[in-house]
This record gives sequence, C-alpha cells and structure tokens, in this order.
Amino acid sequence: MPNMRIVLLAVLLVIFSATFLIWGLSGRIWFILELRAVKLSALIVVGCAVGVSTVLFQTISGNRILTPSIMGFDALFILIQTMLVFMLGGFGYTQLPQLAVFGGEIAAMVLASLALFTLIHRRSRHDLQMLILVGVIFGLMFRSMASFLQRVMDPSEFAVVQGAMFASFGGIDRVELLLAGTTIMLLSVGILRWASLCDVVALGRGPAQSLGVNYNAVERRLLIVITVLVSCATALVGPITFLGLLAASLAHALMRTHRHILLLPAAAMIAAIILVAGQALFERVLGLQSTLAVVVEFAGGVLFLILLIQGKIR
Amino acid sequence: MISIEALNHAAGTTQILHDITLTIPRGGLTALIGPNGAGKSTLLNLIAAQADVQSGRISVDDLDVATTPRTQLAQRMAVVAQRSDIASRLTVGDLVEFGRWPHSKGRLTPYDRAIASHALEVFDLTNLSHRFLDEISGGQRQRAFVAMAYTQQTDWLMLDEPLNNLDIRHARGLMGELARLVREENRSIVIVLHDLNHAAAWADHVVALDAGRVAFSGAPDQVLTAEALSTLYNAPIQTHMIDGRKVILHHR
Ligand SMILES: Nc1ncnc2c1ncn2[C@@H]1O[C@H](COP(=O)(O)OP(=O)(O)O)[C@@H](O)[C@H]1O
Ligand SMILES: [Mg+2]
Repeated sequence: MPNMRIVLLAVLLVIFSATFLIWGLSGRIWFILELRAVKLSALIVVGCAVGVSTVLFQTISGNRILTPSIMGFDALFILIQTMLVFMLGGFGYTQLPQLAVFGGEIAAMVLASLALFTLIHRRSRHDLQMLILVGVIFGLMFRSMASFLQRVMDPSEFAVVQGAMFASFGGIDRVELLLAGTTIMLLSVGILRWASLCDVVALGRGPAQSLGVNYNAVERRLLIVITVLVSCATALVGPITFLGLLAASLAHALMRTHRHILLLPAAAMIAAIILVAGQALFERVLGLQSTLAVVVEFAGGVLFLILLIQGKIR
Repeated sequence: MISIEALNHAAGTTQILHDITLTIPRGGLTALIGPNGAGKSTLLNLIAAQADVQSGRISVDDLDVATTPRTQLAQRMAVVAQRSDIASRLTVGDLVEFGRWPHSKGRLTPYDRAIASHALEVFDLTNLSHRFLDEISGGQRQRAFVAMAYTQQTDWLMLDEPLNNLDIRHARGLMGELARLVREENRSIVIVLHDLNHAAAWADHVVALDAGRVAFSGAPDQVLTAEALSTLYNAPIQTHMIDGRKVILHHR
C-alpha cells in the first residue's frame, strides 16, 4: 500500500528529527536545543523544496533524470545574487532590508528562468536531448560568470557571496529561514491541490491537451513554483546538485505510482530524511562538520551515472 | 458537423495543407484516407486542437477550436494520436481511467470507474488492466489508447490509424464497436485508415487527402472507384463486388 509507505516515511522523519534534537544533549540545554531546532527546520524545508521541485520538474520535462540543479537553476540563482552584490557593493547589499533582497532575488530568478525557458522551448521544440545540452551549458556559463564576477570583486564583497557558493548547513540566518521556510511550506502544501493535474501533465503534452489541460499555462505555472522553491533552498543553504535526483528516484522506486498526491510528499520527506539523518550521523556520531554535502553529492552523482548507463533518460 | 474553411498549414517553409475547405457530417463514421505524408495526421491534429490553426477556420458543431477552452473541447471530442508516448509508468487500467479526467478532474466517482471498466471489457483489456503499458504488445497498447478515448464519452471521436498493429479479430472488433457507437449512440467518428476494405465496409463517408489537398470526398460506394483510388495511391487498384460488398484489391 503506497499510503502506508507515506506513513512510514513520516514516522522515520519524526524519529530522525527527534534524534537530531536530543542526541547527546548536555550543558546549556535550551540554548543548544534552539540552535538545533533552527538547523533542523532548515534541513526539513530545504529537503521539502528540493524533493518537490525535482518531482515537478521531472513531470514537466517528461523524464526521470533531469533535475533543476542539473539544469543550472541554482547556478542561475547564485549568479543573480553575485550580480546584485556586485552592483550594490557588499555594504549596500547588507544594508538593504532582507525582505526586499529576498523578494527581489526571487523575482529576478523567476523572470530569468521564464525568459530562458521560453527561448529554449521555441528553439528546441520539446527536444529533450537539446534541452539537456542547453541546460548543462547554461549551468556552466552561469557558474563561470558568477566566479568571474567574484574574482573581480573586492574581498569584502566576496565574503558576502562566498556563503552562497557552497552548500553549508551551519550558520543559518533566522530571518532568511523564516522567509524561505514559509514560502517553501506554503508552496509545497499548496501544490498538492494540483496533484491530480500533475498526474495528467505527466502523461505528456499531447495526451494532456486532449484531456483538456491547457498545457502551456500549467507548464509555465509549475515552472514558476519550481523556480521559487529552488531559489529559497539555494538562498538558505547553497546548491546541492544531486539531492533532488536522489530523492525523486527513491520516491518513484518506493511509491511505484504515477500519483503526485503520493509522489510529492514522498520525495519531500525522503530528501528531508537524507539531510536530517545524514547531518545527525556526521555531526553527532562522526564529529564531522561539513561533509554531508560531499557525501550527498557523491551518492547522487553515482546514481546519476547509473541512470545514464541504464538508459533511463527519455 | 465539423466544418473546415480555407485551412492552410505550414511547418517551417513547407506547406503541408493547402486551402482545405471541407465538411464532415455528424452522426456518421468518416474515413480519412490517402498516401503517407498526405497530411491526414496534420489535419486530424488541427481539428483536435493539438496544434494551432495558422490560417483558416475549424469548427466542431458550434465550437471554434481556436477559441474554445480546452476543458470544454475535451468534453466534446476525444482523440487518439498516431503515436502516443506516455512518459509516466502507468497500468492499462490507470490509463483508461484518465479518460474520465475531463469530467471528473481527478475525483473518480463510482460511475466514472464503471465506465472505465466497461471500456476495458469492450476492448478486450480486462485481463491486462494491471499490466504496465511498456510491458504489453503494440496492438494491446493501441487498444488501451482507444479505450481511454472511448471512456471520455464524447460526441466526437478522432482516431489516427487505430488499426495499426491490430490483428484481424481485434481490428474487426474495433470497427464493429465504432459502427455500433455511431448507430446506437449517435456519436460521430473520424478515423484515419489505410485498409481500404475496412473503409469500404464500415464508413458512411470518405475523405481522401493527397499532398495536402482534398482529392475527393463522398459516400464510399460512389467515391471508392478503381480509377480514383489508383490515382490517389499511384498504384494499380481494382474493385470488385463480392456478395454485394465492395472489395478492393491492390496486392499484386
Ligand atoms: N514537424 C514537421 N516539420 C516538417 N514537416 C512535417 C512535420 N510534420 C509533418 N511534416 C510533413 O507534413 C506532411 C504531412 O504529414 P502527416 O500529416 O503526418 O501525414 P500523414 O498522416 O497523412 O501520413 C508530410 O510530408 C510530413 O513530412
Ligand atoms: Mg499520419
């Protein structure tokens, strides 16, 4: 029963979260608990954003191997952030109200991705191979443009964007967590109302249209949701390229259903479990600080290669 | 009635359909015939709003396909494309239930499920309902897509080469079921056919396309002549009457 598996995932997530909070608690208990609660919330909302955005992206692109990160979405976000710091100066950037920066970055990101998407779509006519190639090239381009800008910045400005370049789960900004977390949770829960529409979209453009779905409009709206989710997650902890692939693949393998009402929560919880359990393991058991992202990237990267070799790309 | 006025269609610089003006009667089975590349699929896709009308006008009964919302159109017309690649991993039963989407929007009532399981029965798919689409034969998959469109229960049914891959029994069964829908339930069906004998046996109306133009159209008895067909397909074709039925011979 798929429904039982969802319950199982929820139970696992609660167990790991509790472990994360109370394992090895000593000393200034409330202070430490609060720190851990902030980190735990960040891990969960990021997992949620990555899981949901990846499943949605695979649904509109009709394949099981592309993800927003592989297509360079988070690289684009970093580029936008870097450009903003570059134009405003490190001091100017930090002086702006956080809400304005957050909203501005996300708006710029949505506009940029819609523009790119429209451009690619018009040229490649739903050609998946083309889409992958263009996405990978754009991702590389965004990354190198961002690192070029960072080279020519002065060191104080660079310090501002450096945090955004690499995935890190330490030092979560609380205001940012509140903004991004609320946005992610609202979108992730709200999208469930579209779950059965997503089921039809997953059939592909032709069949969905013949069943009365206004495919272009739905596709655009889903792309906006995906973009906002990726932006929030990247703003919070930086890019984690292969987490989405890992979560979506496991969700499909575990749930064995085409129904998004089950797939979306499953992918969200699997990504959150990977992050929470991984972080607990590395911090508490192994006493390591920053290796989780590396391990997730490694496991996800291996899976990506396996999927490529198996020819799952379609 | 489907009426098509001054329809032109191009892909890039290639003109595919040339100034087509045509009416397809309601309440009949209309066969769309013609050689490969004549533009049959293009025409069918335009009527079914799968591609945008570039110039000209198509209306299905009172609905202009260019301006009618897709939700409304999907309750009037169901379509089975020539090639249907489904990205999701679905069972035959799931696929057929999707046919109820235009009516139920994902909340299947017992009535919806009853219609879907009836469709499985009609197209001889009940035993396959739990099999995945990528684990059945091409002909079985073809029948599953027809069953999905059938489940949509629309006035109009548009089928692009649904007999592809079907064996003799299932091809005959499908044509018989379509004819029954027309006769007993007053549905209207447009079907792209390559088997001229099926067209002669079942169609109420024939439209022949050649190189993007209407070559001829009318009642099968009158238009399916040896000369017209030989010209259309650019191959020697004979017609004979056997037991009061027109039989078309073209094999050698
Ligand atoms: N996307 C396309 N780009 C260019 N030409 C196309 C495209 N699709 C179809 N055609 C051409 O349009 C013509 C009609 O195609 P089609 O409607 O599929 O023919 P039929 O279904 O009658 O075999 C063919 O010559 C085909 O090569
Ligand atoms: Mg065709």
